[in-house]
Amino acid sequence: MTGNSLDRHVPLYAQRTAGMRASAVRSLFAVANRPEVVSLAGGMPYLKSLPLEAVAAEAAALVSQDGLVALQYGSGQGIAELREQICQVMSLEGIVAHPDDVVVTVGSQMALDLTTRIFCDPGDVILAEAPSYVGALSTFTAYQATVVHVAMDDDGLVPEALEAAIDSVRRSGRRAKFLYTIPNFHNPAGVTLSAERRVRIAQLCREAGIPVLEDNPYGLLGFDDTVHRAIRADDADNVIYLGSFSKTFAPGLRVGWVLAPHAVREKLVLANESATLNPPVFNQMLISRYLAGFDWQGQIKAYRQTYAERRDAMIGALTAHMPAGTTWTHPEGGFYVWVTLPEGFDTAAMLPRAVTARVAYVPGTAFYHDGLGARQMRLSFCYPTPERIVEGVRRLAGVLESELDVMRTFGTGGAGGTVAPRQVRGPASPSPDTA
Amino acid sequence: MSDRHVLVLAGGLTHEREVSLRSGSRLTEALRRQGTEVTLRDADASLLPWVAEHRPDAAVIALHGGRGENGAVQGLLEMAGIPHVGTRSHDCRLSWDKPTAKTLVQRVGFPTPNWITLAHNTFRDLGAAAVIDALIGALALPLIFKPHQGGSALGASVARTAAEVPNALVQAFAYGDVVLVEQFVEGTEIAVTVVDSADGPRALPAVEIVPDSGVFDYESRYTAGLTTYWAPARLDAATAAAAADLAVAAHQALGLQDVSRTDAIVDASGRVQFLEVNVSPGLTETSLLPMSVEAAGEDLGGLYLGLVEQAIARG
Repeated sequence: MTGNSLDRHVPLYAQRTAGMRASAVRSLFAVANRPEVVSLAGGMPYLKSLPLEAVAAEAAALVSQDGLVALQYGSGQGIAELREQICQVMSLEGIVAHPDDVVVTVGSQMALDLTTRIFCDPGDVILAEAPSYVGALSTFTAYQATVVHVAMDDDGLVPEALEAAIDSVRRSGRRAKFLYTIPNFHNPAGVTLSAERRVRIAQLCREAGIPVLEDNPYGLLGFDDTVHRAIRADDADNVIYLGSFSKTFAPGLRVGWVLAPHAVREKLVLANESATLNPPVFNQMLISRYLAGFDWQGQIKAYRQTYAERRDAMIGALTAHMPAGTTWTHPEGGFYVWVTLPEGFDTAAMLPRAVTARVAYVPGTAFYHDGLGARQMRLSFCYPTPERIVEGVRRLAGVLESELDVMRTFGTGGAGGTVAPRQVRGPASPSPDTA
Repeated sequence: MSDRHVLVLAGGLTHEREVSLRSGSRLTEALRRQGTEVTLRDADASLLPWVAEHRPDAAVIALHGGRGENGAVQGLLEMAGIPHVGTRSHDCRLSWDKPTAKTLVQRVGFPTPNWITLAHNTFRDLGAAAVIDALIGALALPLIFKPHQGGSALGASVARTAAEVPNALVQAFAYGDVVLVEQFVEGTEIAVTVVDSADGPRALPAVEIVPDSGVFDYESRYTAGLTTYWAPARLDAATAAAAADLAVAAHQALGLQDVSRTDAIVDASGRVQFLEVNVSPGLTETSLLPMSVEAAGEDLGGLYLGLVEQAIARG
């Protein structure tokens, strides 16, 4: 008689699958999707403001007029017309680029994967902000890279901290393969890299021979209509730029892109073909028609206005309801507010209590490679209405009050407490709800 | 083939929603393979109007935690006149509350690890340090701390030192205001499914659980490959019979109906001790009941279809 582990492939799995496990924290997001719950967890764009009827007509016309192309295999680099339009989109951020250097990918998540694939061997170091995007950390982990986090403040990545991290990695005999950064309306931190720091960081990385992987899904979603100049705009040789239509149009189409120096682009095209043969032609052509035939910049303005109202609702509610000692960032664009609770809180361990109270967030530990972030959480304001956001924050305040009550009882909440930090793991990989 | 229309309820707004969705999906598939018409639905605001309109022949509750196990959904189905597989609503509450279940099983003469049930406000009002000292003094380490209701080991943890106790309590209180503190018994963890038949309740072969990590927590339960299961359990005949007796006794003492799963531990002396019982056992790919059914040489869909007919016959 032999026991059954229910998975006879266990001895065969690659080492990189070791972290792919069921997670109690992740399972709680199944509840977050229910309408009874105010989900401040998901980074889902508010698609209701899209001209859906018109997009539907465009999709129908695409099939009837160009179906033989749209439904066929396509180029591994992406269709030429869309790549030209992508260059026009990027020109809003000061980027001058040739369509030949653009590779269309299955969302910018795929671009992240491909870039990591072509640069990183197991054990290589990637520099990333502290905190950083959960989906990027998941990809880096899948390629068995080590993430070294670099501190941020209200003006984004701190150049002095980057310099120190580069030195430290070098002294340890390891090699940093690139700096991963989200300069605009950071996910999850909500902050934006100042113009001066963009120049300094580009210079530091160039001098150190470390490429910059500039991930910019939120760049056009600045609430005061400011479009920040991309790092790539001033450094075409050492910056690999990732863009996406997920936040400015529709994430369900899964179309993003990477703009890279010529030699890197060649490898990315081959890697893209190896991974997917080609990005979906129909989706690319639909986006191309959307960019050509619709006031897409007007749509982005509408998004900005919607998200600005929601940001205001969230900041107002946080100000009204959060306990003393709680701090949060003030995003000027994008989707997220990063909240830091007083000492002693553990947002991953607290999540069941929040779900019971019908509110959800993403625990801070999800955004660190090294287990930090226990008393932090990401709140998204992109999807719920302002009224629901206020209600969600009010519920969250009740959760914090109950948690504080337990903490007071058991003597945690600062130095001298009797409760050690709890070892509760955050979601190790993004579900579509937390991306 | 069956001409029945069966409602399978899964999901719900509990911490175990994801597990329940997987259970419901698996059960639906198993019943459909039997040729039964099945509607799989969430327990939400649209449920009761749907039931009133469609009047299914019977319902199977694959909801885990909360309303699926505390009798609420059972009670609503009973009021709507829809026969359902499983324990009657009033009886559900006895097994749903772990300390109550332990008390009732102990009363009929079966062993269960010593325990105490404590609410958060007991610690707050009497002083956490004093209460912790008292419970360590009375029960002795190691101790296991569980939310008094709920499953899938959510919020449960073992404290082997006094320093670990506050942490374990805080973790359990994240799932509710009352905690079951129990002596932690080292031994062989087993689960015994009991099924009602015309001849009375019968125990299916026990399943033995050996998690790689030593702890059968959420990760070990729902990640295939992290736990080794033995079905039937590697027990000698006397111990296997004792396990079956315990599970059947718990089923009867708690007034359970159709199907239940008793979790127990075989301690170092070979004694089988009751831990808890489940009126809506998990039916996922990594769940214990389906393994037990397979070890008995039976089919999950066939078993549940028989229970559906039993429920309809009860009316």
